[in-house]
Amino acid sequence: MLNYLIRRVLYAVPILLGVNLLTFALFFMVNTPDDMARIHLGAKHVTATAIARWKSAHGYDKPLFINEQAAGMGKAADTLFVDKSLRLFALDFGAADDGRDIAREIGSRMGPSLAIALPTFAVGLLFYVSFALLLVFFRGTNLDAGGVVLCVALMSISGLFYVIAGQYLMGKLWHWFPISGYQPGAWQFLVMPVLVGVVGSIGDSTRFYRSLFFEEIARDYVRTARAKGLSELRVLFRHVLGNAMIPILTGVVVVIPRLFLGSLIIESFFGIPGLGSYTIDAIQAQDFAIVRSMVFLGSLLYIAGLVLTDLSYTLADPRVRLE
Amino acid sequence: MKPILLWSDALILLLLATLAALLWLARHNEALRDPWRQVMRGRVGRVTALILSLYISIGLLDSAHYVERLPAAPGQPAQYGGEVRSALDGLLTPIRVSVEKTYSAPLAARLYAKESVMGPDGVERRDYPQLKHPGAHLFGTDKVGQDVLYLSLKSIRTGLLIGSLTTLVMLPFALGLGIAAGYFGGRVDDVIQYLYTTLNSIPGVLLIAAAVLVVQVQIEAHAELFNTAAARSDVRLLALCGILGVTGWTGLARLLRAEALKLRELEFVLAARAFGVGHGRILLRHLLPNVMHLVLITVVLDFSGLVLAEAVLSYVGVGVDPGMISFGNMINGARLELAREPVVWWQLAAAFVFMFVLVLAANLFADQVRDALDPKSRGRT
Repeated sequence: MLNYLIRRVLYAVPILLGVNLLTFALFFMVNTPDDMARIHLGAKHVTATAIARWKSAHGYDKPLFINEQAAGMGKAADTLFVDKSLRLFALDFGAADDGRDIAREIGSRMGPSLAIALPTFAVGLLFYVSFALLLVFFRGTNLDAGGVVLCVALMSISGLFYVIAGQYLMGKLWHWFPISGYQPGAWQFLVMPVLVGVVGSIGDSTRFYRSLFFEEIARDYVRTARAKGLSELRVLFRHVLGNAMIPILTGVVVVIPRLFLGSLIIESFFGIPGLGSYTIDAIQAQDFAIVRSMVFLGSLLYIAGLVLTDLSYTLADPRVRLE
Repeated sequence: MKPILLWSDALILLLLATLAALLWLARHNEALRDPWRQVMRGRVGRVTALILSLYISIGLLDSAHYVERLPAAPGQPAQYGGEVRSALDGLLTPIRVSVEKTYSAPLAARLYAKESVMGPDGVERRDYPQLKHPGAHLFGTDKVGQDVLYLSLKSIRTGLLIGSLTTLVMLPFALGLGIAAGYFGGRVDDVIQYLYTTLNSIPGVLLIAAAVLVVQVQIEAHAELFNTAAARSDVRLLALCGILGVTGWTGLARLLRAEALKLRELEFVLAARAFGVGHGRILLRHLLPNVMHLVLITVVLDFSGLVLAEAVLSYVGVGVDPGMISFGNMINGARLELAREPVVWWQLAAAFVFMFVLVLAANLFADQVRDALDPKSRGRT
């Protein structure tokens, strides 16, 4: 087990390095620091000295990979790649273009993101799986056929529609909840984003779980369970659900660490001061330092999710051993 | 009138030519024709195919671009207008040029906002002024008075392009890398798996955002290359398709890798190997045709997702050019207007409904195609 974990962590290093090289190539080689300076200075103020000043103020006045001027180790260490890219491995994200510390921002914005993402994830999972099992229970009837049509219709609606319609109906027309905003500990602000998030993926998710359960109920053990006289509900909830656990976990566990990053659309529409709205603001302000940090954090959490997925298999299925 | 071939138009022609060639090749092949006949036999298949071809015809009409010839004095060289139009613009001229001042409700006779108007008795007062074209706007007009129906029809091309050109970019990666990984195994497999795990590990929107930001800077830095606004937004659209394609091949590649892994152990491949057939020929003649059903199903399924993605990406600010007419930009421009009193709902409604019909038709059509092509789902439903 420990061996396995160590191997997985070592395997993560080349992937993170790849992500790092990719973003470095995009943001420093295709797009040079000079381009960056020009955007931030605006077309009117572009002079050679202004660009140089901006670059040195933001720490971009170094060579990319090899520093000829530095001595000894500095040749490789005192470069943009080490300064801006490799530092991310130590979770040292540096400062955003407005001078604020990115790591501190991430720390303070994680809470609001989780306050929305975690309930959305939990409520959603519970709802989709139950709904899918319900459809499977009524398979072959009009209820199942209607449910599938409903799912296809729901997944054909743009995600933006759910947000806009939800805000308009529940916020403006019926005055159930505040239209947007956030306050730590105030649940009123959380209900609508969570609800919209859950409803938004009913179509996709239910269809996915339904087809998963459908594959499962064609198997022999289900026939055996029925033959020994178990009720259909018991067959579905104990046997089918239990055996479908591995494919469910495969899709579900990997996203759990990513919940920290929040949802771009939901957070920005509902004015939640989380990491999703932080990212979207950074994209719109073309703050590449933040975008790079979020890319790195995202892939770190993804790899954590992959390891967690493997660990969860051992819990769901005693036959799985991690060696 | 002088025809103009934008880059995206050229790619559409290429796509059409490829499709035509494939159809020509497959015209006598019963095994290839049969599943399509099955799709067309059902009512759902026929209706969705009809809706999709309607959308596609509008998109194609909107892809025949030209610049208008300006009236010039005789004997002088011909002058052309700077605005690139399409055949669809030509057909829709009545609603394209009937521009109002600002918002007006569907089929309204008066403007949405009050203004000082001269009454019949010569006294000035605040009232809703008469529209210049009362009752002419089926879906009302937008903030700057453009007809919403016209905007919706123009958005179709953008959505279709993103759905289809992305596939064009994605296919070579997915096919080449996916099949190679499964067939060769070993080192090749390791490298390709590493590639797609790395790409997958980056949150999708962020990777697209990063690439689009870079492209944006490059377009701004080389502004002199794109002389018209149409050419500029065209390049940005193509870049977006390219980025979506380069980042989106991993799912299909994974499917193809698994399938190739299975196929390479089957007797017909082993027999080909034993006869000394080269790798290239085996890949092309024995593996490729046997994974085509997977490719087709994925392509049709992905299409609707891409049309929806455009709206979200445009909202985030990394979608198509803000000046380009698209569903995402239509929604973006009107989403705050629900807070007005009375509510401005028509622009949102039109964008969502046009998009919904397209995506729903595509989804239902994809299901039919899957049922017809996938041996596993055949006869199940």
